Amino acid sequence: MTSQNSSEPVSMQGPVCPVPHYPTDTIVMGHGSGGQMTHDLIQNIFQSQLGNEYLAEGNDSARITLQQLQGQLAVSTDSHVISPLFFLGGDIGRVAVCGTVNDITTSGAQPAFLTAGFIIEEGFSMASLQKIVRSIAETCQEAEVKIVAGDTKVVDKGSADGIFINTAGFGIIPQNLRLGGQYAQPGDAVLISGTLGDHGIAVLQARGELGFDSQIQSDVAPLNHMIHDLLEKIPDIHVLRDPSRGGLATSLKEIACQSQIGIDLFEENIPISQEVRIACEMLGFDPLYLANEGKMIIILPANQADNALELIKKHSYGASAMRIGSVSYEHHTEVLLHTAYGSSRILDMLAGEILPRIC
Amino acid sequence: MDKKNFLSGYRDAALVKGVLQQIKNRITKPWTIMEICGGQTHAIMQYGLDQLLPEEIELVHGPGCPVCVTSLELIDQALWIAQQPNVIFTSFGDMLRVPGSKKDLFSIKAAGGQVRVVYSPMDSVIIAQANPEREVVFFAIGFETTAPANAMAVIQAEKLGLKNFSILPANVLVPPAMHTILNSPNNRIQGFLAAGHVCAVMGYWEYPPIAEKYQTPMVVTGFEPLDLVNGIYKAVSMLEEDRVGIENAYSRVVTFDGNRSAQELTRRVFHPVDRNWRGIGMIPESGLGLNDTYQYFDASRRFEIQNIQTQESKICIAGQVLQGLIKPSECPAFGTLCTPQSPLGAPMVSSEGACAAYYRYGKNAK
Repeated sequence: MTSQNSSEPVSMQGPVCPVPHYPTDTIVMGHGSGGQMTHDLIQNIFQSQLGNEYLAEGNDSARITLQQLQGQLAVSTDSHVISPLFFLGGDIGRVAVCGTVNDITTSGAQPAFLTAGFIIEEGFSMASLQKIVRSIAETCQEAEVKIVAGDTKVVDKGSADGIFINTAGFGIIPQNLRLGGQYAQPGDAVLISGTLGDHGIAVLQARGELGFDSQIQSDVAPLNHMIHDLLEKIPDIHVLRDPSRGGLATSLKEIACQSQIGIDLFEENIPISQEVRIACEMLGFDPLYLANEGKMIIILPANQADNALELIKKHSYGASAMRIGSVSYEHHTEVLLHTAYGSSRILDMLAGEILPRIC
Repeated sequence: MDKKNFLSGYRDAALVKGVLQQIKNRITKPWTIMEICGGQTHAIMQYGLDQLLPEEIELVHGPGCPVCVTSLELIDQALWIAQQPNVIFTSFGDMLRVPGSKKDLFSIKAAGGQVRVVYSPMDSVIIAQANPEREVVFFAIGFETTAPANAMAVIQAEKLGLKNFSILPANVLVPPAMHTILNSPNNRIQGFLAAGHVCAVMGYWEYPPIAEKYQTPMVVTGFEPLDLVNGIYKAVSMLEEDRVGIENAYSRVVTFDGNRSAQELTRRVFHPVDRNWRGIGMIPESGLGLNDTYQYFDASRRFEIQNIQTQESKICIAGQVLQGLIKPSECPAFGTLCTPQSPLGAPMVSSEGACAAYYRYGKNAK
């Protein structure tokens, strides 16, 4: 054994100072610091998928040149806290885009721009984030909307459930259009663009709460193209409403109150898939109160109803559309469901049901 | 029979209307009939069958809602257990909003308590396996229908050697409640629709002596519109012909003997005990307690529950509703002070509660 000579230089095999671990597979607090890590996250995950001329400018605010100053501005915002994040037929990213696109569409506007704010829980998987952002990008492409501004915050583990996404949207409503829940008129027909309850059941199934296997897919879809085509041919539509949380029954009750009219619904005509019907039987849910993310209630003059149905049915998202009811002078502010037996019952807003959060 | 036909056959509007016409042809005087089961109350309201029956028939809604009749003492015990650190308290979802003396399970969950909704007691056993460091308690409520599954959970927990699983036994039994209703000096009930699902498990061998003793006709009845009108038709026929006894209008599901192995399972784990019914009072031998062999799994013994002082709402008159003495809409608080959002009593909470059925299906328009 040779004695060590202190003047001899230490052999350096690799760095002596431990390099900080640079996490690539999970979100950490540093990703929300506003510094280099935030910058990298935005570049690598968000810009690469969602990039466009507005985001590329990298400013605190997007500047949008308005070509047409004629018209009315539609604005809407929605926060998405769905659990689980991925389910059959969709994910939180697709819901976040479609929710706001469809809300803007109900005003008669063609949605053009969205903003997106992300609140991410520390420890969230980078792969999941990538998957969600990809889904947002694909849905934006389908709906032909652009995300022009965004924000990312990271919160401590336990302060959020994976990821929350807020989106806001903007669109121009043509000058001549006045749509809204307050414009339903006695004599109008009530249409629904397809089967009810698919989203609600798909989410419960993904939570493992059905207790049996099913292949029910969420209906989450952007409806702006279908509705745009409809409005081009039939501008005289009085109400469009997206029956998401609270389902068809709650949405119609809101409209009945807003317009101070009554609504008669015919149970036999309401489209519900056999799978959803059976799942509801087993769990004791009423499909009229289950959430939808790709359906539209359309209220318009009765003499236009057949034309409208024909136009919607041409679209893949409207293939199972039905005429389900009519607007009446009777029973003001109440929605009356007529059964096949000749009896009827009042549909109220969703009250006290135990359902997990689903949108 | 495929799934579609299986459901739609018993909902066929033409068939239902045909039986309704038969009831109209058959009836000559007023009759008061009680449907025992809250599930039937809801189906009647959901399909609006009460609007379609002849005026002579008054349907009175029975006490067959398990969360409604679970005693305040048991609910307060459940709330006490759920608040203990290191406990995961599991329950059917219906129970979470049922008011105890001061709180409900939802508010305990909101305050950080581990309260989880399960669809089956076996889910609680799985939770206990996955969380060996925590006490997992299942609130074993229900009628004879849930008793076999509750028994199975206890047997399974014993087989698995689970030291951290227990149940709070709260099962109740239908026949003793029928005795109490028919014995009451205020009784108005002339005929019964017996609960089809309870009879699917228990059969209907327990009922002939009750029918005989009180000279009351009974009909085992299912839950679809055609089942219900058929059960009512049979009950009206028996009343009109002055016949007592029990008939089966749900023979596709119910046999006289019932499910003997499910009954055996229940007997292996439980035995009848006196039990308090909320709003009704003590009914002898109307509940299920754990047999000696399984008392290890009794949560009310495992935890040293302290300071339970029950206090019932002064406004809620659910007891009169549960005994069929008044209709929910006749309660002064109905739809005003008491709604599904802020229930004063359990019948406004449960999916089987008569008050909730009236509220949900628009009977609030007095």
